[in-house]
Parts: sequence; structure tokens; C-alpha cells
Amino acid sequence: METLTGRAGRDEKSDLLVEIGILDQGGLEIQVNSSVKALYGKAIKAAAETALQELGIRHARVTIHDRGALDWVIRARIEAAARAAGHKTGLKPPAGALRSPADKNRLRRTRLYLPGSNPDLMLNAHLFGADCLILDLEDSVAPPEKYATRILVKHALGALEFGSSERIVRINPLSTPYGVEDLEEIVGAAPDTLLIPKCESAADILAVEELVAALEAKAGLTHPLLFMPLIETARGVLHAYEIATAGKRNIALCFGAEDFTADLGVERTVEGKEHYVARSMIVLAAKAAGIQAIDTVYSDVQDVEGLTASAREAMAQGFDGKGVIHPSQIKPVHEAFCPSPEQIEKAQKIVAALAEAKARGLGVVSLGTKMIDAPVVARAQKILERARAHGILGEEEKI
Amino acid sequence: MSMVKNSLGRMVPTEVNGRSVRPFMGAHADTGGGMRYGGSIPAAARYRNKLLTDLDAAIDACAIRDGMVISFHHHLRNGDFLVNLVVEKLAARGLKDLVLAPSALFPVHGGLADHIESGMISHIEGSMNGPIGRACSLGKMKKTAVLRSHGGRYRALQDGDLHIDVAFIAAPCADSHGNANGVNGPSACGPLGFALADSLFADKVVVVTDHLVDFPCHPWSIEGGNVDYVVVVDSIGDPSQIVSGTTQITRSPTRLLIAEYAARFVSESGLMTDPHFSFQAGAGGVSLAFVKYMSELMHEAGVVADFVRGGSTRYMVDMLENGLTRYILDGQSFDLDGVRSLRDHPRHIETNPFVSYDYHTKGCFARILKVSVLGATEIDLDFNVNVNTHSDGWLLHGIGGFTDAADAQVTMITAPLVRSRLPIVLDRVTTVTAPGEMIDVVVTEYGIAVNPRRQELLDRLKGSTLPLKPIEELRDIALKLSGAPEKPVFTDRVVAVIEFRDGTIIDAVRELVPAE
Repeated sequence: METLTGRAGRDEKSDLLVEIGILDQGGLEIQVNSSVKALYGKAIKAAAETALQELGIRHARVTIHDRGALDWVIRARIEAAARAAGHKTGLKPPAGALRSPADKNRLRRTRLYLPGSNPDLMLNAHLFGADCLILDLEDSVAPPEKYATRILVKHALGALEFGSSERIVRINPLSTPYGVEDLEEIVGAAPDTLLIPKCESAADILAVEELVAALEAKAGLTHPLLFMPLIETARGVLHAYEIATAGKRNIALCFGAEDFTADLGVERTVEGKEHYVARSMIVLAAKAAGIQAIDTVYSDVQDVEGLTASAREAMAQGFDGKGVIHPSQIKPVHEAFCPSPEQIEKAQKIVAALAEAKARGLGVVSLGTKMIDAPVVARAQKILERARAHGILGEEEKI
Repeated sequence: MSMVKNSLGRMVPTEVNGRSVRPFMGAHADTGGGMRYGGSIPAAARYRNKLLTDLDAAIDACAIRDGMVISFHHHLRNGDFLVNLVVEKLAARGLKDLVLAPSALFPVHGGLADHIESGMISHIEGSMNGPIGRACSLGKMKKTAVLRSHGGRYRALQDGDLHIDVAFIAAPCADSHGNANGVNGPSACGPLGFALADSLFADKVVVVTDHLVDFPCHPWSIEGGNVDYVVVVDSIGDPSQIVSGTTQITRSPTRLLIAEYAARFVSESGLMTDPHFSFQAGAGGVSLAFVKYMSELMHEAGVVADFVRGGSTRYMVDMLENGLTRYILDGQSFDLDGVRSLRDHPRHIETNPFVSYDYHTKGCFARILKVSVLGATEIDLDFNVNVNTHSDGWLLHGIGGFTDAADAQVTMITAPLVRSRLPIVLDRVTTVTAPGEMIDVVVTEYGIAVNPRRQELLDRLKGSTLPLKPIEELRDIALKLSGAPEKPVFTDRVVAVIEFRDGTIIDAVRELVPAE
């Protein structure tokens, strides 16, 4: 007798649709239909069987409609369909690469958003050189998909190649029905960083921190998960410093222009005057708290010139990076956040003049006819640091 | 069928449809050349009014009988009307055992599969794809299909390996004497070079046009002195489909990355700044992006190519108009900018497979070409390339100009390492289209492999940040992602042979036992 049925997945490239009917008897009956059936039909069936056995399901009727999904995607979709059918246990997060101790101050020029529901976009994402990859559970995922998506993201964290990119998950706000379940599913799979949307107060951060600490203890994780609060409301902007200094895990404040302009009830323009003050306040709050500030995304993927201008402005304003929504945006943003050859040359001259003045025992440093004071030197040193971080200056060129 | 092992270890037949053939022995092992085929030539006195009322009159005049070889060109691509028009008329006459010798077929010709199944068409010599390839894989052709490259097809007609009884040449512009070109008229498609051999070597040549002009139709890509009859029809094709599908640069991040790696390889290896730079790239998302990236790198370095080899596209036309190349040597146009430029620009030159690709010549310019960028469905550890069959065994593509363009000084394959789980780099390709000795570089999103035979290319890349990897490593990455594939099941029956450009048999395709 058929008791419970569940479905999960999508009829898309690199994905599959799974339908499971959990039965009382009769063993496992698995039907596979696949675009790669001639070459991977047996492998697909074997992956499904293994996942069902690990879940402890011994009697079920399963139909799979596959379009070239990899094994970890098959496992994630089987788990989601089984749980949608009322099965209570899940699969253990796959043992992915051990998380290295998180570096709070690493380069974060680009953070690429990937819909957490779309394995096809995830598979090669590490090849494009983004500093951070965000597997999104929030805005890019429709409510009926949330459930299967967080399970897919859990498996992705263990099985997907991230290269040298930081592994970030954007959860839903705790104020929605999804936030707590996101954490329960995701924390054990040990991403590097959580992107926490719609932060409006210190309490928002502390609430996530409390849940995360408990889940980390339960999973036996030793490296603490880092936080990246995303500020995208007027209230959030006014509380930016309070948010930045809440708890011990924050590494960057991010700004989200789309929700912010909606909150204000104004149009989002290309010039962005409507959020200029908000962005400045976020930079000030972040820097005062000693963490990074990361700017919003530029939503016109075709407009490279606009993107470059927007990234240059963000850097001039004090931001450390920008959100990106397509890999083609990565290179222009990295270039924009890299100091120009002129800036580097000038900085090198200033630092050299300082070294020379010190060597000659002079109290006053000058370059040409200009006096150089301490902040100028400090800024020059920061530019050289950034150039080195971008790989433009080798260590031997350190002055 | 008697079989023999060729120099790549592939078992190939020694006889195809009653004609004895030699096994492939190496890309340049054939130093003997061929015999130039000489047919009869009539006297001009017989030719006054070549204009016939319609296609039926032409079929009557050519006295088409069972078993004849009928040919077409593919410059109208997926917009072509003529193949279907003529074949339906031949079918209505109850003809059978015809051999179709198109330079290529497109999805619009899928209906031919029914005529293959009915026995009206015994087999195809030249090129096929999609549903016709499937019919061939399933053993539905009475005789063995022969797949040839563009240069190989010219050679086969020139040497007399394939004799065409009647050639139907779709002509966007023609006069009543039979002079024809592809650059004028409502169905303008660019060059007509693929039809040159047909016009020279077929017994009967019928020019079919929807745009008849007063004599002389010039430029004359097809010369009236080779033409028997001229027929005017309402329309030879759908212009919106003649140029379509492949004209947009890909937005796939993976494909853009592959194109960028390929362009950087050409630049950072110094090939771009060597004297007499030239390259070939076709249509398709990766190729178009490659041309765009290449243009940017050439512009920055102040490089002007001697020539670029089309399939012409808007991006190649931009290069010509912006002074980044002296010439476009064009085999076919992929978009309307290509057609316009060929018509209007004095240094956009129409070519045919004889000057560009034919192996039995006193030299063709594929050997002068510096860099060739080509796609593939499989590559193996010996750098052998398959463009004909998929990994699941189906015969789905023709050769195009692949084996000919692979004769360039540096031949680069661009392909995603994994396509919907299917690994592209394998221990052994399902079918060999081109031997590894012609393939120098494989560019994938996971890294670039250089053929160990080309150590000097690796030496040129010392200090480059490009992800250079042994081909075995690419194979391992693909296997780790996808797992090992099962093998397709074939019977022993050879349903098609892959003929190399010199006329030798490089591989055979066997009948597929489809997965249930």
C-alpha cells in the first residue's frame, strides 16, 4: 500500500526531477529516464539506491527524470523528495574539503550570487575567479522551492568545487518562516560565511549568532562561522554601526540597493543619488567597527562601462568590493578595485621619500617641493598593500 | 566485408559500395596525389536557350533514372528550400536507389529520413546530421554512407571517386546563361564555393534561382559555361533561416571563459605577433567570442592579420573594417553582415574548397593558415578528435571543414570539458574524424592541454598564467566530476565510413543498438 509521496528537483540541464512513493513492502523500484541514459543510466540508478539505503528507506517506488545531473545533485534531490514524502531523517552532509580557518580580512572585491536551486550555474562557478561565491536561499528562490533548495545547498557545500573562493550562504531572515530551518540545514555543512539579509538591529545578528553557536556545538565544528550582515532598509542604515559591532563574527557590512530604494519608495537610478548617503553611512559604520564594507550589485549585465564606473565610485567611497550577478562582471570589478599604475607609482615615490628622509635623519619628508605628512604616507602604504593583494606588486618590490 | 587496421588502429573496410578504398596511414602520408577526372564536354552549338519552365522540365531534360547521384550545396543552410523541392518531385516519380551527395544537410531536411527508409534514397555521400544521421545509425540506409570534409568532397569529385549525375545549384542571383552568384537577390547567402566542384564535374548542371537578371550576372561564382539548364522558382529559401542561430556571442560564462583562454593562448604564445598572422574561426558561440577577444588583443598589440578565414560573421567584418585584418578569405557567410561585406568590400574574398582545402592540389591555403580554432564532441589522450558521433554512439554531425582546417600550423580545439555530465576528454574517442597529429592544443574551461608533439608551443608559454595541464589531467578532472560512462553497443555492420581528406578511410561507424 502506498503511504506517502514526495517530489523534488527541476526539469532543467544538470538537474533532475524525482518522485518518491514510500511503501510498506515490495523493495525498491527505481525507474530512470535520462538524457544520458545510454552512458550513465546504471550510475544514476546506483546513486539513487545508495541514497535511499543511507536514508533507511527499503520500500519505495521512485521515478527519475534526469538531464545530466551529477551524483551529488541526485543525492540531494532524492533526500528532498523523501523528506517531502514525510521521511524524517536526512543524509549526512558530504565530507567536503575541510574548512580552513576563516580569514576575516581576505580580499572580497567580488561576491558572485548563485541561485541555490540551480546546480547548472554552480558547477563551474569556481572557475571565474570571484573572491566569494554566494549560494542563495533567499530572493532568487521561490517559496515552494525553499525546502529542496536548502537541501541542495547543503550537499553543494560538501561536494562542489569552490577553488579559492570563500563559501558563503545567504539565508532567509529569521523573521520569515524559512530562516531557522535554513540554519538547521546549513550550519552543519560548514560554509565559511553567512550572508544575513535585511539586518535592522544588533538583535538580528545576536539572534542568528545564538542559533549558529548551538548548531556548531552540536555538529562539533571548531572554526566559527563568519557573518556578513546585509543592510537594505532605512532602519538598517540608521543602525549600521550597532549592527557592525554586534557579536564577534562580523567581517563586512554589505549594502543592498534594490530593497533599500523599495523601502524608501523611490526609483532606483543609474546615478544612485538616492542611496549615496546610505552607502556612505555603511562605509563609515564598517570602518569604525574595523570590518570591510561591500557595495550593492550593478544589475545591467551588458553595461560594462556602467559597471566599471559604479565600481570605481564604490572604491572611491571606501568600499572594499561589490556584489556581482554574472561572471562577466568579475574582471571589470577587480580591475576597478585595483590601484592604477599612476597611483602605485606615486605611492612608491612617497614611501621611498620617507625611507630616504629617515636614512638621512631628516625630520621633515618632502617630495619635490611638497611636504609629505603622516596621513599621506599611510594612504600610500595602503595603496601599495592593495596593489600587492591584487598580485600587481611582487613581494620583492616591497618598499 | 573485408576489413583492415589503419595507422590509428581502427578497423576499416577495404571496399565501400563496390569501390576499393585504402586505409588511413597518416595526415600527410599520401604524397602521390590523384588522377584528375576528365568527363566528356559538349559543344557550345547545342546551347542556346537554357531557360526551362520549371523543375519538372529540368528533371525530364536531365533524364534522371533510378540509382543516379544527385547533388546540392548548403549555402542556404537551414533556410534551403531546394533539396526538399527536388527530392519530393523525384519521389513523386517513384524513383529509387538514388544517391544524395549534399555538401551538408540541416534540420530543415529531416524529412529525407522517410525517403531513406522507403529506399528511394539508398545512401548519402557527403554530410548529414540530426534525423538523417539517426536513420543511418539505425542501419536504415541500403548502402554505406560516406562522410567527407569540404576539401575531401572537392577532391572526391575531382579525382572521380564520386561521380555526380545531376547537380542542382540553388543560386540567389543568376542570368539565363547560368552565370550565378550568392551575393545579390532576396535569398543572398554569400559565397557559392561549395557548388564549384559540382558545376565542374557533374554530367548535368541545373542552376535554380529566384532572382533572374539580364546577362551578364557578375560576379559569377558559378560560370555559365558549366551550366546545362536554368530554372526560375518563386523562392529558393527563407532568408531569415539562411543566417540564424549561430550569430550571437554566447552568454554562457563557461563558453566565454574557453574563448578567452583560447585568445590568450594565441597572444601569450607569441603566435599573434609572429610575422604573417592569420586565423580561422567559424560560427557558434565560442568561436564568435574568440574572434571578439582576439580582436581586442590584436588592437592592443597593434597587430594586423594577413587574413582571417571565415565562415564570415559580423565580428570578422568588424576586423576588416577596423583595419585588424587585410583580408577575409570566406568559404561561407553565417550572417547578413558577412553577405553584405562580401558583396561590397574589395578585400572580402570568396573562396571555394579547391583553393582553401583540397589536398590533391599544388597546395591549398589551409597550410598557410597560422591558427585554426575548431569545436569537437570528443578528444582522446592521443589528441584524436571526433566531431561525427556522440559518446552514446549516434551519428549526428557531418565533418564540415574540420579535417581541412586542422591542417593549419596550429590547430586548437575549444570545447567544454563536461557537457551535461558527458566528459569530452576520454581515453579513446568513439569515432576518429581527425588524427591527433593534426591537433595541437585543447582548450577547456578547466585547463589547456598542449600536444606533447608540440613542445615548442609549451616553451613559448613559459611564465604564462594560463592553466596549462597534461591532457591526462583533463581526462581525470572530467572523470572525477561525471564518473566513468558505460559504452554504447554496436553491431558489426558498418553503416558509414569517415573518409579522410586524401580519400583514405580513417574510421568506420557501426550500426547502433539503442539503449532501451
